Amino acid sequence: MKNTIPLQLHVPEPPARPGQAPDFSWLQIPEAGSVPRPDTATEPQEMRPLAYTLIRVLDEAGAAVGPWNPRLDPETLRRGLRTMMLTRAYDERMFRAQRQGKTSFYMRCTGEEAIGVAQAMALDDRDMIFPTYRQQSILIARGWPLVDMMNQVFSNTQDRLKGRQMPIMYSSKQASFFSIAGNLATQFPQAVGWAMASAIKHDDRIAAGFIGEGATAEGDFHHALTFASVYGAPVILNIVNNQYAISSFQGIAGGEHSTFAARALGYGLPALRVDGNDFLAVYAATRWAADRARSNRGATVIEHFSYRATAHSTSDDPSKYRPAEEAALWPLGDPITRLRAHLTALGEWSDERQAQLSTEVDNEVQQAQREAESYGTLGTGEHHSPATMFDDVFKEMPWHLRRQRQELGF
Amino acid sequence: MSTQILMPALSPTMTEGKLARWLKQVGDDVRAGDVIAEIETDKATMEVEAVDEGKLARILIDEGTEGVPVNTPIAVLAADGEGVGDVEAPQKEAPAPPKVAAEAEDHTAVADRAAERRAPAAEAAPAPEKDWGPTKSITVREALRDAMALEMRRDPNVFLMGEEVAQYQGAYKISQGLLEEFGARRVIDTPITEHGFTGMAVGAALTGLRPIVEFMTFNFSMQAIDQIINSAAKTLYMSGGQMGCPIVFRGPNGAASRVAAQHSQCYASWYSHVPGLKVVAPWSAADAKGLLRSAIRDPNPVIVLENEILYGQHFECPTDEDFIVPIGRAKVEREGEHVTIVAFSIMVGVAMQAAEALAEQGISAEVINLRSLRPFDAATIVESVKKTNRVVSVEEGWPFAGIGAEVAMQIVENCFDWLDAPPVRVHGVDVPLPYAANLEKLALPQPEWVVDAVRKIV
Repeated sequence: MKNTIPLQLHVPEPPARPGQAPDFSWLQIPEAGSVPRPDTATEPQEMRPLAYTLIRVLDEAGAAVGPWNPRLDPETLRRGLRTMMLTRAYDERMFRAQRQGKTSFYMRCTGEEAIGVAQAMALDDRDMIFPTYRQQSILIARGWPLVDMMNQVFSNTQDRLKGRQMPIMYSSKQASFFSIAGNLATQFPQAVGWAMASAIKHDDRIAAGFIGEGATAEGDFHHALTFASVYGAPVILNIVNNQYAISSFQGIAGGEHSTFAARALGYGLPALRVDGNDFLAVYAATRWAADRARSNRGATVIEHFSYRATAHSTSDDPSKYRPAEEAALWPLGDPITRLRAHLTALGEWSDERQAQLSTEVDNEVQQAQREAESYGTLGTGEHHSPATMFDDVFKEMPWHLRRQRQELGF
Repeated sequence: MSTQILMPALSPTMTEGKLARWLKQVGDDVRAGDVIAEIETDKATMEVEAVDEGKLARILIDEGTEGVPVNTPIAVLAADGEGVGDVEAPQKEAPAPPKVAAEAEDHTAVADRAAERRAPAAEAAPAPEKDWGPTKSITVREALRDAMALEMRRDPNVFLMGEEVAQYQGAYKISQGLLEEFGARRVIDTPITEHGFTGMAVGAALTGLRPIVEFMTFNFSMQAIDQIINSAAKTLYMSGGQMGCPIVFRGPNGAASRVAAQHSQCYASWYSHVPGLKVVAPWSAADAKGLLRSAIRDPNPVIVLENEILYGQHFECPTDEDFIVPIGRAKVEREGEHVTIVAFSIMVGVAMQAAEALAEQGISAEVINLRSLRPFDAATIVESVKKTNRVVSVEEGWPFAGIGAEVAMQIVENCFDWLDAPPVRVHGVDVPLPYAANLEKLALPQPEWVVDAVRKIV
């Protein structure tokens, strides 16, 4: 039988293009505190609505409300605020360094600081992170030296990765922070495999993997969920939905007709959809998922609903593909502003302390940069000896590599 | 001290741009973060922000200038307290090339090394292999199973994962008895996704476990090749030596019988191409047992290319509990004087049959079983070719950029002057392998092909 109408291809369209007013009418934002918090022993199929809502703790007035409130003490909250501000100051400084030719490339996580910082603080420092390129805040939250991170970005003599990685592709075994991969999504099955191994060894450490909403379209994402479900791996599978994969809005990644959190349901995994700009909500959701994993109840998928407030990287110009004011008008606000408002509402913060902290983190970053630059930047100073180029291809250097090294004159 | 402001790069690929507009003028105070200029490329307009503080002392490139190369000084910033007039414009000269921490010492040393390079560069032939004593006839299948069982008993960190490896005991029954002995925690049936379980293995290897990943056939490993190459092979290097991947990827490679093109490909040259991977291709039961044991103990990712047709074949294998074959050592399977035949995996058997036929024709052929493809044992081949002055390489896979091409090049590089004839390749025909038995036979190297190739040059 012949169709009576011609077939049409549906290509998702973003709510607004450059030059148009931002349109957030598609966003459904539940009241803070309105989403129930089930016991971690609840069966995944009884928690399905959590994949379609938004867990929020901080209300408009800066109060922490509802069952997901993690009830953190002011000292912990201040530490969270400081780490987020330090991350932002670091990002701004490195972004400018790229513009000055001190590195070839940089990526900021502006607007997404709460996701890494709150998750890192809610986990044990020994838990293994399998990050994407926008979780620098986790290394910072774990107290990893900014100088060391800058050395990698500048690819200087102190770069522990010996000039082998693109800038920002950090790697620290000591900080339980896996080498960031340039090819998307590979870290997701690796996080699950790491967690499975931890369970095979009867160890007590869990893993946390990160992926962007765009890369959930990769096969790796689905392999990871399959294995996590089949073997009950002790892992937290974080999807950071920052609305954009470079210029493609989240509808192109498949977010138009369902949520990314809901991907978990088909695998029988529980899913939480969280306001990613709400430090307390991210903290609480992470704790919940970590508790489940630690009690052998398996993996949890968390979608952190957020907004990438700056460019994808130093190589693109967002004004070419989205309304310029969209970031400033994002209805879920800015994570730093919101946590600051919460501390202020608690009577635990003031404008003076904010200004003081702001200067403090700026100085800390500047000092770190001064030290890092003394070891060289992309275009200046000394670099790693070519002699090191042949190390670490194999655990021990085979004779043909030793010969190539000698031929180079080293 | 004054600071130069350089033309920034907006992306690694940008080489030049237009300085569209100055937003600060000479004499203006500049604070870190201030936008001082706008630049344009074909992609975008970007603001140039100041990183340092001070007073804008000089503008070196006028606004509206096009084609300003990246890293050209565009302005000079005077530090606080420094007068604008004190600041000199930088001299226009090419920036000095980046220094390296260890410079080459001197030209004499480099010349000496160049001389060394021209000398035969293959490593000196290593000491003869250990005599392992009494042997027993076993199949390659048993050899592989025994190797895994021995290593799993020896090291509790070793475990096996793959499709059908546990309950079913392997699609080709290689993991017989392993589930029974080691339990479901160490012999793990996986969902059907090569890419998925390879990713799991990479993650597990980072914890210190030593996964053995079985591919039902290496044809299916193509799905996992991103995890194998981009993650397993490169992570040690890219993490600056912090995190490595001790993993074994094993399974049948190449053609079996009547399974057509998508089940019959040889991946030897694919994996051997990649730095960071070791690749072995056993022929006999002793090769299989000894090399797999080495692979499991190796701290690097190792690809073990087995062969389905060989699984059921019997070979003598040492019975010594400690028997092992080092990776990177070829083996002279048959000594000869007139020609060297280099082969690996099932083609060693083809080469041996050819050598037998050649002997009847009065030609004495030396047969070298490569065993390891990476590292490649050029020394053993070179030593042989210096004696026979002729070489034929035999492989089941396609010729272009294949292992035979590497064998020939190694010989040309290392013992060209000893050759009395050009190296010759015997290989599978350059088409996807057909299913039909008559066509299949015409597509895969036969002993007669090797005999003919030898007769051409002897």
